[in-house]
Amino acid sequence: MTRRPGKGRRRIALKDRLAPVLVSLVSVVVVFGAVAYFVGSSPQWPRIQLQFFSLEAMLEAAPGVAKGFLVSLQIWLISLVCIGVWALVLAIFRAMGGPWFAPLRVFAIVYVDLFRGLPALLLVLLFGFGIPALNLPGLPKEGLFWGGIALVLSYSAYATEVYRSGIEAVHEGQSMAAKALGLTRWQTLRYAILPQALRNVVPAMLNLVVALQKDVALLSVLGVRDAVREAQIYTARTFNYSSLVVAAILFLLATIPLARLTDHLQRRDRQRRLQGAL
Amino acid sequence: MNRIEIDKLTKFYGERQVLDQIDLSVSAHEVVCLIGASGSGKSTLLRCINGLTEFDEGSVRIDGVDIYDPSFGRTGLYKKVGIVFQAYNLFPTMSVLQNITLAPIKVHGRPRAEAEAAAMKLLGLFGLEQYAKSYPEQLSGGQQQRVAIVRSLATEPEVVLLDEVTAALDPELIGEVLKIIRDLKATGMTMVIVTHEMAFARDVADRVCFLDNGRIIEQGEPRRLFSNPENPRTQKFLQRIIESGRLEAKV
Repeated sequence: MTRRPGKGRRRIALKDRLAPVLVSLVSVVVVFGAVAYFVGSSPQWPRIQLQFFSLEAMLEAAPGVAKGFLVSLQIWLISLVCIGVWALVLAIFRAMGGPWFAPLRVFAIVYVDLFRGLPALLLVLLFGFGIPALNLPGLPKEGLFWGGIALVLSYSAYATEVYRSGIEAVHEGQSMAAKALGLTRWQTLRYAILPQALRNVVPAMLNLVVALQKDVALLSVLGVRDAVREAQIYTARTFNYSSLVVAAILFLLATIPLARLTDHLQRRDRQRRLQGAL
Repeated sequence: MNRIEIDKLTKFYGERQVLDQIDLSVSAHEVVCLIGASGSGKSTLLRCINGLTEFDEGSVRIDGVDIYDPSFGRTGLYKKVGIVFQAYNLFPTMSVLQNITLAPIKVHGRPRAEAEAAAMKLLGLFGLEQYAKSYPEQLSGGQQQRVAIVRSLATEPEVVLLDEVTAALDPELIGEVLKIIRDLKATGMTMVIVTHEMAFARDVADRVCFLDNGRIIEQGEPRRLFSNPENPRTQKFLQRIIESGRLEAKV
């Protein structure tokens, strides 16, 4: 008898907890179901499905597109390493004080202004077609190489700014303590500032990583056989666009987990800072 | 010869004069506390002593040598004068031991093993050896500040400057930091201390200087200055401190 009220409370609590979940589920199913029904029952749907979602065409195009996607991934990873290193060098140029480093500082500032201000596609065309056309002896002539260079030049400008914001976010007390210990400006950066700055910039840098993953597709204009190019080749042959959808799915499979990871790290970073502030 | 000799030190921040012809001498093994309201120039004065802040006129000499004298080299002054800040300013990506050995190894070229042995000995001296492998964020504010004090001692300085080292601490943690400073005084360290802890200044200082608007307007033996201030502005300042409950009215 004495247990009854407790049991009752528990049942109510469970109902209270379940109700919002149920409402969410039902409303999601209803809304998306209705959308799917209207799209699916429209007279144009069979044509759309054939054009973009033909399973047969998808399976046929998949091996080629997947091979291209591997090329995309390779370009992406190699560019990432180059961008990470080159942008760090530029950020260090900017952070070094003193009159002797003025030329390097100016170089870094002009560089960032220039390459951040130009569309990546323009750089890809300029480098990918322009430089090979010069026939310079001793330099590679592949569009892949020069297109990659263009991506590195463009993205390192953004990455430099990310590093710089990370460096500037380190409390000035750290520089003061380092100076009072007798460290040079370089030693201060190397031992005190950069280790903290690198930790600070991870989430912002991951945003660039995701963006670059997609922009690798720009190299397809140079004839580099990446995922998008391979898909286009299939489309040109069959007039069916399902191959591009395959490429789209592959990109999403790569970028969505990365974006989630970025969000997670950003949240953790914010919590760490909040705790640090207490 | 005085260990620190400050002569007509003057400093402006833009139009605002923060230090006005300051004269101050500190002899070896002496502990001088600088007190005064916020913005009176205490911290700026402290930072001029080791060249962290540049001044406009006057001079600072350590053991008779001007701090800008070439004989100090780039790092000599920093070796001779240690400083501890209000916000500890330990390097968060380094362990306690790495924080302490950084300057001896990288700036003064001591071998790692030797620098680490010296650091462990210093940590032991102040009862902190169990934190050698810890990172700053794993320690309480009081522990971090004690480590910061040990770090300032790692280059075997002859003068230690303490800049409001207890101001950021919870009240229950202040005691452990003040104790380490008393221990330091017992070793004969020459210190200049900027502090808001009047009771502590009264106990530890050989001399107290009261700053107001960039000038030392009164200085003297602490018991005399706290119980019987001569300058009306010192009286007013101490009266406010007593009213806020941070110092008993009578010594």
